[in-house]
Amino acid sequence: MSAAIILPPAQGPYAYVNAEIVDPSAGMQGRGGILVDGGQVAACGPEVVPDGLGDIPHIDASGLILVPGLVDMRVFTGEPGAEHRETLASASEAAAAGGVTTIIVMPNTDPVIDDAALVDFILRRARDTAIVRVAPMAALTKKLAGEQMTEIGLLQEAGAVAVTDGNRCVTNARVLRRALSYARDFDMLVVQHVEERELAAGGVMNEGEVASRLGLPGIPTAAEVIMLERDLRLVELTGARYHAAQISCAASVELIAQAKARGLPVTCGVSVNHLVLNENDIGAYRTFFKLAPPLRTEADRQALVAGVAAGTIDVIVSSHDPQEPDTKRLPFSEAEFGAIGLETMLPALLGLVHDGAVPLPRLIDALSTAPARILRLGIGSLRPGAPADLALVAPHQSWRVEAETLKSKSKNSPFEHRVLEGCVVQTVVAGHLVFARSTA
Amino acid sequence: MSPDTVQPAPILSQPHLLGIDGLSASEVMQLLDLADSYVELNRQGEKKQSVLRGRTQINLFFEPSTRTQSSFELAGKRLGADVMNMSVKGSSVSKGETLLDTAVTLNAMHPDLLVMRHSSAGAAELLAQKVGCAVINAGDGAHEHPTQALLDALTIRRRKGNIEGLTVAISGDILHSRVARSNILLLQLLGASVRVIAPRSLLPYAIERFGVQVFSRMEDGLKDCDIVMMLRLQLERMNGAFVPSVREYYRYFGLDAAKLAHAKPDALVMHPGPMNRGVEIDSAVADGVQSVIREQVEMGVAVRMAVLDALARNLPSAPPSSPPGFHGRRDPAIGAYTQGGPEP
Repeated sequence: MSAAIILPPAQGPYAYVNAEIVDPSAGMQGRGGILVDGGQVAACGPEVVPDGLGDIPHIDASGLILVPGLVDMRVFTGEPGAEHRETLASASEAAAAGGVTTIIVMPNTDPVIDDAALVDFILRRARDTAIVRVAPMAALTKKLAGEQMTEIGLLQEAGAVAVTDGNRCVTNARVLRRALSYARDFDMLVVQHVEERELAAGGVMNEGEVASRLGLPGIPTAAEVIMLERDLRLVELTGARYHAAQISCAASVELIAQAKARGLPVTCGVSVNHLVLNENDIGAYRTFFKLAPPLRTEADRQALVAGVAAGTIDVIVSSHDPQEPDTKRLPFSEAEFGAIGLETMLPALLGLVHDGAVPLPRLIDALSTAPARILRLGIGSLRPGAPADLALVAPHQSWRVEAETLKSKSKNSPFEHRVLEGCVVQTVVAGHLVFARSTA
Repeated sequence: MSPDTVQPAPILSQPHLLGIDGLSASEVMQLLDLADSYVELNRQGEKKQSVLRGRTQINLFFEPSTRTQSSFELAGKRLGADVMNMSVKGSSVSKGETLLDTAVTLNAMHPDLLVMRHSSAGAAELLAQKVGCAVINAGDGAHEHPTQALLDALTIRRRKGNIEGLTVAISGDILHSRVARSNILLLQLLGASVRVIAPRSLLPYAIERFGVQVFSRMEDGLKDCDIVMMLRLQLERMNGAFVPSVREYYRYFGLDAAKLAHAKPDALVMHPGPMNRGVEIDSAVADGVQSVIREQVEMGVAVRMAVLDALARNLPSAPPSSPPGFHGRRDPAIGAYTQGGPEP
């Protein structure tokens, strides 16, 4: 592509042609085009060619990959309460730059999204300020305290797509059991951060040789596995739809595989960070790599990648968690957990495709079709009639991640200064172009 | 030409001393040789030198430490530096803010040598990225305490003549000990064989991958040792948190004459201090003929003089317009210079 990229027209039907189309929802991978009309996909496939389009404007997407827009199931924003870190608007800008057309925001805000009115607030703010789709997950327990379940039915009615305590684990088994039982009646997905709090207490990175050498307190993988095993027992007891938000180790992949084999209504996610980084990346106490769950060993990372490839791990998330310098420029033990990731998620993951570790259709499925299906959003597809949410990707275009150019208000990217192979060049939401990047 | 104007040969390849990790055996031996010369100086009537004349040394202690702080203060003063002590008492919440705020303040004072102790591992490393002077880690969390390891090595070398080939047992709270980590690295670097002795609850994960032999019985771990290095057990780690009780700990892990008898007859007993007598060590052993604990304190001053001297050799002789030895960029967030490379 040249520097003067061709953009879709502001109004009327248009098409992309000659793209490599990857649509896992239709099992499609091959050269073709897509016709967008009225914010929807009118046609998609090898039959969409320039000759058949008549007067309809079309964009030559030769050399580019066209995929359904990504659906990121785990995005923390600062709105409401910490808008200096991130707003729905700034998060949506970052999302668009990363090919993410739908962000699912976490309820860990101030105030906590544990009331139908607050769900409504998020949706209205998003409608007024965001350039991509925004859907909230509501709190599973009031004030995220892990004691009283929220009004799950009313929250769902208000527009919450799932219930979760975000980055907090519901440790009380009785509370979780009742919430699962109750949520089942509404067919509401319960999303859990799997971490046994007492076992993880005080830990700041993976427990292992690296932590021992750095003199940092560790978090054992057992903290995750114990909680996941407990939760799976409760799912067996209640039959509710359950999603482990992020798993981080080989043992968890195995547990999820066993649960699925037993027919439990269980899904799970993994963050891009845990698929492409490991504990060694912390190096000399680099706090941008301080994550919850912590980055694990290389063997764990490889098991997670294999889990994604095999479909045992359903979903990949950015786990976008903006943190300002005041909370990150601290000694490692004192710094906050979390990293931003909306804008770098797909480019960082393309490395796994280039290496042959994960097939591209499976990757796009994990990033788009699977989360949309699990959350029952009716997106994540390029089939005719689907909303025209899509991303155009230059798979071999290298770029260097620099804090200054990232759209997110916070700059805590673990990929800062890295050169990534592959970038998003256009993002379309409901037929509207929301992001375009020159690839020259 | 006066002796003061002769630029002594550099010893360290790095601008800071943040840990033993990263030092070469040759650098360590040169530091110890230099420290040896300062031991002799310290035993003279006239102890004052002008090696650091015109230099400013700031001791920045975020954790209380009478022993290490006064040792560094004395070392700096004997070498002619202007020494300032800053004890920063902050709430645990504001500690990090205080650290970087302090970095800004310190930079404005143009110090040449900054000695820092902090309760968080990596704090010295973080500070070193934010200031334009040489940083000495005087203990960061459970990470490293390099000058303690160097003074221990000096004590051993002076008593035993050599470190290579010796068997050293480090006993006690290895899990929380920066002294143990630095000593394991240094003693192995110099060719010693290192053992650790502790209850499993006080051992770091995968400690055996440090190349040490692990023992949970003193009698086994001390057998035929040349050096017995005891560590302090923090009071808050007793009584059920990590070990059941003081009484039980002393019974199994306290060093008394009976347990010491398993080591070689001429084994040295060491302790970084301050000691809990009757907890990790028996008074009779602490004050016994095999103990070199007081000598360690003496060696501490000499080693710190050597370290200050060595780092000062890497500093430019005139105040620079930009921080010496750094090729970083000004960090707008704190107004200080950062070294090249990615964020904190």
